Amino acid sequence: MTVAALLAGLLSGIIGSMGLGGGTVLIIYLSFFKHEKQITAGGINLLFFIPIAIISVIIYAKAKDIKWKLIIPIIIGGIIGCFIGIFLGKTIGNVWLAKAFGGFLCFLGVKEIINTVKLYLKKPKKSGIIKKE
Amino acid sequence: MNKEKLKTTSIDIGLGAVTGMVNGLFGAGGGMIAVPLLKKRGLNQKDAQKNAVAVILPLAVISAVIYLIKGYVSFKDAYIYMPTGVLGAFIGTKILSILSPKLLKGIFGGFMLYAGIRLLLR
Repeated sequence: MTVAALLAGLLSGIIGSMGLGGGTVLIIYLSFFKHEKQITAGGINLLFFIPIAIISVIIYAKAKDIKWKLIIPIIIGGIIGCFIGIFLGKTIGNVWLAKAFGGFLCFLGVKEIINTVKLYLKKPKKSGIIKKE
Repeated sequence: MNKEKLKTTSIDIGLGAVTGMVNGLFGAGGGMIAVPLLKKRGLNQKDAQKNAVAVILPLAVISAVIYLIKGYVSFKDAYIYMPTGVLGAFIGTKILSILSPKLLKGIFGGFMLYAGIRLLLR
């Protein structure tokens, strides 16, 4: 199972550093294969994400891709949200937390699939018409 | 600060709160809220994804500290995943600087839907 754990880490790192939701990969692995509680799986992912995010942000910031002015209000709001979210998680309990996460994944999955399908349906048209504005 | 600026800043703080809430609740997924918001603020897909990582980093640090204090998780649960995770981060940042992972997003969407249904049915 160690090889699987290393692979789960690798895949999460790749997808997470791209901002594509790598956390979901590790949590799913922890919850399906290691039978961790939802809250523990989430906690492991938070710890796991920190070094990855630090490296990614350093690389992106060096390339001047981070727009600090834009993201600071989002971070301020986010800090307040963290406390609400953690309180909420404790209140609803582990079983419902897992179900809520399942629902969240379904929502994201459907959204990404629709976006991708749209993108590939649009593509052939795009070259034929001149973009307005 | 003019009215328009005030309005966008309020929306940013509000949706930031939702991002933080999701991330604190699930320990993941905040980026999925932050990316569309950042795109709405004029960033392209790639830059939105990069900036989302920068948004989530401080939120993950704060959430992780609370999780550790409350005893939901400990370092020894997490460290085995970190070395390959860090390696993955180097690979991922490289990939993102070369190509825009549009198809990858669709495939990953299918995976999320499958896992979501399994979690709901459990």
